[in-house]
Amino acid sequence: MRPTRILTVDDSASMRALLLHALTTQGFEVEQAEDGQQAFEWLATNEVDVVITDINMPRLDGFGLIEQLRETARHADRPILVLTTESSDEKKRRARDAGATGWIVKPFDAEKLATAVRRVAH
Amino acid sequence: MNGIDIQAIFFDECEESLQAAEAGLDACKAGTQDSETINAIFRAVHSIKGGAGAFGYEALASYTHVFENLLGDVREGTVPVTSDLVDMLLLALDSLRDHVEAVRGGTAAPDDAAIKARLAEAHENVGKGGDTVAAAPAPAAAPAAVDMDDLDALLDDLLGPDPAPAASEARAEDSAGQAEDWALYVCPQAGAMDNGSEPLLWLRELVELGGACVKCDESVLPQIDELDPNEGYLAWTFTMPGSVEREKVADIFDFVGEQCLVLYGAEALNPPARARRVAAPEAKAPPAATAATATVSTKPAAAAPTPAPAAPAAQSIRIDLGKLDQLIDGVGELVIAQAMLAQRLSNEGLAHFEELAMLEGLVRDIQERAMAFRAQPISSVFSRVPRLLRELATSTGKHVKLVVAGETTELDKTVIERLSEPLTHLIRNAVDHGIESPEDRRAAGKDAEGTLTLSAEQRAGRIVIRIGDDGAGINREKVLAKAIEKGIVDPELHNLSDEEIDNLIFAPGFSTAAQVSSISGRGVGMDVVRQNVKELGGRITIESRPGQGTDFVLALPLTLAISDGMIVQVGDQSLVIPLTHVVESLSPTETEIKGMGRNIRMLNVRGQFLPIVPLRQLTGGTSPEEGLEQGVLVVVETERCGQAALLVDAIIDQRQFVIKSLDTHYRSVDGVAGATILGNGRVALIVDVDRLVLDLSKRPHAAAEAA
Repeated sequence: MRPTRILTVDDSASMRALLLHALTTQGFEVEQAEDGQQAFEWLATNEVDVVITDINMPRLDGFGLIEQLRETARHADRPILVLTTESSDEKKRRARDAGATGWIVKPFDAEKLATAVRRVAH
Repeated sequence: MNGIDIQAIFFDECEESLQAAEAGLDACKAGTQDSETINAIFRAVHSIKGGAGAFGYEALASYTHVFENLLGDVREGTVPVTSDLVDMLLLALDSLRDHVEAVRGGTAAPDDAAIKARLAEAHENVGKGGDTVAAAPAPAAAPAAVDMDDLDALLDDLLGPDPAPAASEARAEDSAGQAEDWALYVCPQAGAMDNGSEPLLWLRELVELGGACVKCDESVLPQIDELDPNEGYLAWTFTMPGSVEREKVADIFDFVGEQCLVLYGAEALNPPARARRVAAPEAKAPPAATAATATVSTKPAAAAPTPAPAAPAAQSIRIDLGKLDQLIDGVGELVIAQAMLAQRLSNEGLAHFEELAMLEGLVRDIQERAMAFRAQPISSVFSRVPRLLRELATSTGKHVKLVVAGETTELDKTVIERLSEPLTHLIRNAVDHGIESPEDRRAAGKDAEGTLTLSAEQRAGRIVIRIGDDGAGINREKVLAKAIEKGIVDPELHNLSDEEIDNLIFAPGFSTAAQVSSISGRGVGMDVVRQNVKELGGRITIESRPGQGTDFVLALPLTLAISDGMIVQVGDQSLVIPLTHVVESLSPTETEIKGMGRNIRMLNVRGQFLPIVPLRQLTGGTSPEEGLEQGVLVVVETERCGQAALLVDAIIDQRQFVIKSLDTHYRSVDGVAGATILGNGRVALIVDVDRLVLDLSKRPHAAAEAA
C-alpha cells in the first residue's frame, strides 16, 4: 500500500523538523511548507492525503489557508488538521468553523500525531 | 536528523524570535502599534512556547504561556498598548531571553516569579475568567498538564449536549460490572462529512478496538432519487468490549463535535426517534452543506486569481557551518592552485591565453559567492543593544537614545560573533564614561537624554563600524595625568598629540583601575577591546571632540579566511605584508633619510619623520645599511605606534592569500602573523606589522643592533 502523504505547514523550523521526524518515523511520507501562502501555492499543483497546519503564521495563517483550500474543488474534502497550543473550546470551534477536519494539541508525540492522521486519512 | 539537531534548530529559532519580538516592541515604543507588529510579537513568543513544550522545557513553556496570554489580550485589543505596558513587555522579553539562555546552557531557570506575576496580573485584569487557570502565577504547573486539562474539558464538552450525566452514568456502570460489554450508538448527522471528515474511518476504528456492530438503523434512508450524499441517514449500534474505556471511544469522535450524535451505555440502547429529513430544512446544517457542494464546481474559477502574485518568498536552506567552512577552505585552496597554475604557465611563456583568463574570472566569482555564504547582517549584533541600554539606564540613571544606521550591512559570521564582546564593552564605556549625567548635560545646554549612534557601512573592501556618543569627549588632561601616574608615558614627554593622548586609553594597564564602577569594570580594559578587534584583522581608532562626544571607529575585514597582501622580496625570501596596513610605497632618495642616534634612521615623508624598519632583521639577513637606496620603503599604519616605513628589496606582487597559522603547523614566531603558499608553491611568511614596529619602538637600540 502506498504510504500516506502529508503536507505540514509551519513557520517554525524546529517544529517542521519535529514533524518531519515524528511523521517519517511513523511511516508517513512528508512534504513541508513554511507558511499558508507557500502551502496554498504548492497545493495548487500537488496532491497529498492529509494537510497538517500551524495556525499562527506570517503572510497567510492556518485558518486563512483552510478557508482558501475549501473553496477549491481539489481540496474541498481534503482532511486538514490544525496544530494548536491553544486548546480552548473557542479555538477549536473556530477551527471547525474554518473548515478544519481535526486538531493536534501541542506538545505532541509521534503516537499522538499518527493517531490523528489515521483518524482522518481517507 | 536527531533530537540534538532539532534542538539546535530550535535555539537558532529562539534567537530569531527574540530578535523579532524585540524589534516589534521597539516599534511599539516608537509608536508603530498596528496589528501586523503586535502579531509578529505574539507569533515570536508563541513559537518559543511551541518548541519549549515539544522539547519538554517546562519552566520556559510555563513562562511563555503566561507571557503569551497577555500578548493575546494585546492582540485582541482588550489590553491597551501603553508606554508602561511596552516597558513591562520589554522586561518580560529580557527575562524570556534569560530563560532561553538557561535552557540552552543547561543551567537553572531564572527567577521569573516577579515578572510572571506582573504579566499574569495584567492578563487577569482583563476580567475574562475563562483562562485564569493558565494565567495564574503557578510556576509549578507544567504546561503539558495545563494543555491536558484543557483537552479533557474539551473532550467532556464534545461528548454531546448533555455530557456529564452520560459520563457519570457510564462510570457507575463500569464500577458495577468490570469487564461487562457496553453499548454505543453512533449517528452522524448532516455536516459530519464536512471538512473532509469520513465517518467510515470512525466505524473502522471502533471495530479495531474490538467493537461489534449489532444494528444498523436505515429507517430514514430515502429513495435513491431523493438521496443527498452529504446527508447522514444511517445510525449504528455497537457492542464494545468492557475492557475498552469510554474515553478512548470519545477520543475517536473528538474532531466531529456536535455533528455526530454519540450515546453510551443505557442511553445507546434508547436513541431518540429519528425523522426523515428529506424535506427538512429545519436543521440548520443541511442547507449549508448542500450549498457548499453546489458551489464547489463553480468556485475554482473564482478562486484561481486568489493566490496573490506576492513577491516569491526567499527560499533558504540550513547548512551545517562546518560543511560551509570546508567549502570556503576549499575555495581558498582553489584560489591558490589557480595562481600556481598561472605562474607555472607564465614561466613557460604561456601566460596569455583566453582559457586562463576565463578560469581566473570564474575562480574569483566563486570565491566572492562562497564568502557571501558566511555573510550576515550586522543587525543581529545591533539588535542586542537596546537591552543593554535599558540595563545601563537602570544602573546608571542615564537614559540614552539609540540611533542605528546601516544595520543591513553584511559581514562574516565569525566576525559578527566575535564583535559582540568588544562592541558591548565600547557601548558600556560610552554610557558610563562618555555620556554625562542628566544634570551635567542640562548645565552644558544639551538634551538631558544622551544619544548613542551605531552605524555600519562597507567602505573600500572593509566594514566600518562607528560607535558614537554625544557626551563630554575624552578628558585629555586627565588621561595624560593618569598615564604618567601609571608609568605608561614618560613624564618628560610633553609634546604628545591629541590623537596620541586619546590612544593612551588603549594602553595595557590603563583602564583597569579607573573603571571602578560596576558597569565597565568587568576586568576587561580597552586594551582587550583593541586586542579583540585586532584578532579579527581590524583596527580601532578614536575621534573625540571635547564637549561634543567621542566616536570609536572599527574597521574590519569582510572575511577572515582570505586577505589581500603585498608580496615583497627581502633577500632570498618572499614576505607578505597585509594590505590593510599599507599606506603607500616609495623609493627613498638620500636626502629623505635622516639618522637618529646610533642605529635608527628616519624617513621624511612630506615633513613627517617615520622610523625605518628593515625587514631583513626578520629574515636573519645582513645589515640594514646595505641596499637602502636600492630598496623600497613601504609605509605602514600600525595600531599603537602610528606610521612606520618597512624597508624591503622589491615589491613583487599584490594578491589575495589564505592565512595558514604557524602555531598549528610549526610554532608561534614573534613578528610573524602566519604563513601562506604563493603561486609558485613556496611558503611565504606574513609579517605581523604591529608587533614588528612595536618591538622596534620599545627596544630601538637592541632591534637595530640585532639586525
